[in-house]
Amino acid sequence: MAKLNSKIPEGPLSRKWSNYKAEQRLVNPANKRKIDVIVVGTGLAGASASASLAEMGFNVKTFCYQDSPRRAHSIAAQGGINAAKNYQNDGDSVYRLFYDTIKGGDYRAREANVYRLAEVSGLIIDQCVAQGVPFAREYGGLLDNRSFGGAQVSRTFYARGQTGQQLLLGAYSALMRQVNKGTVKLFSRHEMLNLVVVDGKARGIIARDMVTGKIERHFGHAVVIATGGYGNAFFLSTNAMGSNGSAAWQVYKKGAFFSNPAYVQIHPTCIPVHGDFQSKLTLMSESLRNDGRIWVPKKKEDAEAIRAGKLKPTQIAEEDRDYYLERRYPAFGNLVPRDVASRAAKERCDAGYGVGSGLAVYLDFADAINRLGRKVVEERYGNLFQMYEKIVDDNPYETPMMIYPAIHYTMGGIWVDYELMTTIPGLYAIGEANFSDHGANRLGASALMQGLADGYFVLPYTIQNYLADDILTPRMTTNEKEFVDAEEEVTSRIDRMMQINGKLSVDHFHKKFGLQLWDLVGMARTKESLEKALVSFKEMRKAFWTDIKIPGSKDEFNPELEKAARVADFIEIGELMARDALMREESCGGHFREEHQTEEGEAQRNDEKYMFVSAWEYKGESQEPELHKEELIYENIKVAQRNYKK
Amino acid sequence: MDLTLKIWRQANATAKGKFETYTVKNISPDSSFLEMLDILNQQLIEDNIATPVCFDHDCREGICGMCGLYINGRAHGPDKGVTTCQLHMRKFKDGDTIVIEPWRAKPFPIIKDLVVDRTAFDKIIAAGGYVSVNTGGIPDANAIPISKKDADTAMDAAACIGCGACVASCKNASAMLFVAAKVSQFAHLPQGKVEAKERVKNMVSKMDEVGFGNCTNTGACEAECPKEISILHIAKLNREFFAAKIC
Amino acid sequence: MSNVFTFSIGKKLVMALMGLFLCAFLVVHLGINLALIFSSTTEAFNKAAHFMGTNPVVKAMEIGLFGGIFLHILYAAILTLKNWIARPVGYKIGNNQQTSFFSKYMVHTAVIVAIFLVLHLFDFYVKAKFQHGFVNDVVYDGKTYHDLGTLVLERFKIGWVVVVYVIALLGLGFHLIHGFQSAFQTMGLNHPVYTPIIKAVGYIYSVAVTLGFIAIPVAVYFFK
Repeated sequence: MAKLNSKIPEGPLSRKWSNYKAEQRLVNPANKRKIDVIVVGTGLAGASASASLAEMGFNVKTFCYQDSPRRAHSIAAQGGINAAKNYQNDGDSVYRLFYDTIKGGDYRAREANVYRLAEVSGLIIDQCVAQGVPFAREYGGLLDNRSFGGAQVSRTFYARGQTGQQLLLGAYSALMRQVNKGTVKLFSRHEMLNLVVVDGKARGIIARDMVTGKIERHFGHAVVIATGGYGNAFFLSTNAMGSNGSAAWQVYKKGAFFSNPAYVQIHPTCIPVHGDFQSKLTLMSESLRNDGRIWVPKKKEDAEAIRAGKLKPTQIAEEDRDYYLERRYPAFGNLVPRDVASRAAKERCDAGYGVGSGLAVYLDFADAINRLGRKVVEERYGNLFQMYEKIVDDNPYETPMMIYPAIHYTMGGIWVDYELMTTIPGLYAIGEANFSDHGANRLGASALMQGLADGYFVLPYTIQNYLADDILTPRMTTNEKEFVDAEEEVTSRIDRMMQINGKLSVDHFHKKFGLQLWDLVGMARTKESLEKALVSFKEMRKAFWTDIKIPGSKDEFNPELEKAARVADFIEIGELMARDALMREESCGGHFREEHQTEEGEAQRNDEKYMFVSAWEYKGESQEPELHKEELIYENIKVAQRNYKK
Repeated sequence: MDLTLKIWRQANATAKGKFETYTVKNISPDSSFLEMLDILNQQLIEDNIATPVCFDHDCREGICGMCGLYINGRAHGPDKGVTTCQLHMRKFKDGDTIVIEPWRAKPFPIIKDLVVDRTAFDKIIAAGGYVSVNTGGIPDANAIPISKKDADTAMDAAACIGCGACVASCKNASAMLFVAAKVSQFAHLPQGKVEAKERVKNMVSKMDEVGFGNCTNTGACEAECPKEISILHIAKLNREFFAAKIC
Repeated sequence: MSNVFTFSIGKKLVMALMGLFLCAFLVVHLGINLALIFSSTTEAFNKAAHFMGTNPVVKAMEIGLFGGIFLHILYAAILTLKNWIARPVGYKIGNNQQTSFFSKYMVHTAVIVAIFLVLHLFDFYVKAKFQHGFVNDVVYDGKTYHDLGTLVLERFKIGWVVVVYVIALLGLGFHLIHGFQSAFQTMGLNHPVYTPIIKAVGYIYSVAVTLGFIAIPVAVYFFK
């Protein structure tokens, strides 16, 4: 356990970050020019970090697998970004945002990190406005806010239903400004396939040019992983098709610890699955829960009639509807945190009250339309309604929407200390790729906040504390043995993959695996299902390496090869998820073990035994990973059972 | 639904391409256009017919701008206000023949099959599509009030996803709508006014340099834009340009 | 104002301004021509033509007119060439977009108008200006004028000439319908309220000018 030092600064909570900044070492401008930093990923975290580091004077090399940094999946975030600005005068403060985030995370996040996040949240809004992000405004010209799940104040800033897009384009434009200046060298359509470690420090990456298939070596004095989460392991998720956990998995195999892989967020308001051919799930913003009411029929026979197509939802009388969130959680109603809302939907559907295919509940706007008028509803949610109609071919103004939970975000990720450095010196992880701020469950509109906080305001400081030692380290030629070996690992793995020559397409296999992962390590887990998963995934891993077929060659643009490499990693990630979930004999946030619930069906934590962050250390292919624990110490808030009832 | 697909196949940037004909059967009208292509690809791989058809796609919810196919003579296909990934098969009829082509423009060279290189757009943004502020040291977000009308107009323009449908559908392969969206967004905000003149000059100059055609005000871009961005923004771009170069 | 014309938008501005200038010229031209069919003699027409041919202000503007035509065509050629280069490989199924019919064929109608312009100039302008003796003289109130009116009347008695003129003028009309409102968009004048008005004016203008010009050969052929 000595291996985990979270490096939390001394002093009272509210002084820790300023104390850190006052005492940290810096790199002077002349020396910054001599230092290269590699940033992998161009989502909110990666783009903002690349831009900020380059503005400061570092040489940055930025990688993304898409054709342009602007495509990163942060772009799909709809609802908004939290910040403790208290512009609404409704009692918000840094402490309250901090408290809500820790509580929302079911007391499994690190206090100091979360407090820092809340502290810099306001700066993010300032920064984005200065960049020209067109946030929604009031008629007086000041910024507008909306409320989000898990909070009793309105602290969410938004740009229609495209907040993620606008924030990402802000960061992207800052990044492109640096590309223009030559301080950032951009490698688009490049995928990182290995980390290079020299003398125990991260010193570069091996990447594949996805157009030519060329394997390239890149040196950096430090490497930053900003590649997002591993939710696509489930095949069906709200992630982009290309989102993957491979970079995180490669660094895990090189010695970075992987934390809390079991904490996966299931978003309650997604469009339900409608067929085997489906390739992804579409999220409907959580902001819909501000005005929409969630219900299922009160009587089983009504639900059955609806499923059989004999009844329409509008024909169900008011008293025959079960607004189960309002019933169970009067204080927060439809705005309970995501994990709670998701589980409640699953509970109703499992009990036989589901509508549609049986795996769906209603999100109804009839009341809102009566209360506010169709025009206001259209103004607030018009683009979401339109999106729903395009996909489902049903008019949500007239019949209630159908929704069901889907995999959306992964709270778990690479273990990092207070400085966002992993257990490999010189290797950093930011944004969704790390584990640090959301505990076991992330609150809505907090992902954007964390990604930008890490990229704009945290990493650019903390990385200097490390690089200050490196000002005399010359650039490597990449002909060093470590680079050659790392490249060899990549090429031999690709060669092996190309030679499998089985029968199944990668997608075909991925679907099969994803379905199993969802069934065994999904929304509700048991000891039994997890043990079964561990056995099954080992078999699937073997099957993968014999059944897959990758057409084409490795020396060309070959999406099948890219997917195969990612799926191979997903299977291994799935195994670690199951292992982590099995170890954690409690329910908390997005991790729900059926054995551990209260009589009312709420998640039951075991603070005595499990108030720690799990950090798994890779021990080789044939060995089980080793568990390390970082104890969580709460000095500033009282740990309690989460209660959204009163 | 059973469909006949005529798809442009081209092995790489320099190879000579041609149309190949494939058939797919039992496609659900509820599946998306790209899911239909997924099914085709799975068939091509598992039945050993050909290498799968390459096409760009990522978020599959109409916001990343990565997908873009020219379907039966229209960018993003027959539906209005959607990207290719949001196009559903219910917009076609059983037995239809669908012709699928890549974006065609000199600044968008083909990488493979239906995949094109759109880095020309990144170059235009790099030339000036930003407000030159560094991280930190900025005033409070509410320090400058911005009228709701201006903020809304800026947001209309900022909705651009950079997919390139405007270029693909323009008979001149002009990128004016893309450039206009960015210029207009900043022109409507006080933050963007400071360097407005430099921005428009540099972006238009880069647009010309990378080889896009010229706008002849046909309005095809506006009609095919998945985000329905108006050519009002092109007029705004023109005004901004004249203000920078003449006034 | 340095090198504004090196930019695509600058070149288009020239085209737009010259285009509108030519639109204005067409109105004057039409006004004089109408004198021919609405008056029983050619006197009014000949006097107007004389004024246009001799007044120093008009003569100066004539140079501007030819300059305008030249610039409009020159920049059109440069821009169009670049447009063609911008799409070296075309679509199998192209041009299915939801755009106005007229906007798609600006180059085609431009070529029709340009060819017509050459023929038209040789038909009347060159003969009147440079081929002395070709046109008879007439005397009104003791002053001598070229009898251009009679020349026009004679030409438009020939059937195929009338047909050529009508076809070319329809080409001009199509060119104007898109060109007129397009010029305003290029100058940056687009407004949710005023643009529909501009478009309506442009439409009325184009139709009126086209019908007006077509009326002359047709009326001469059938009624004079």
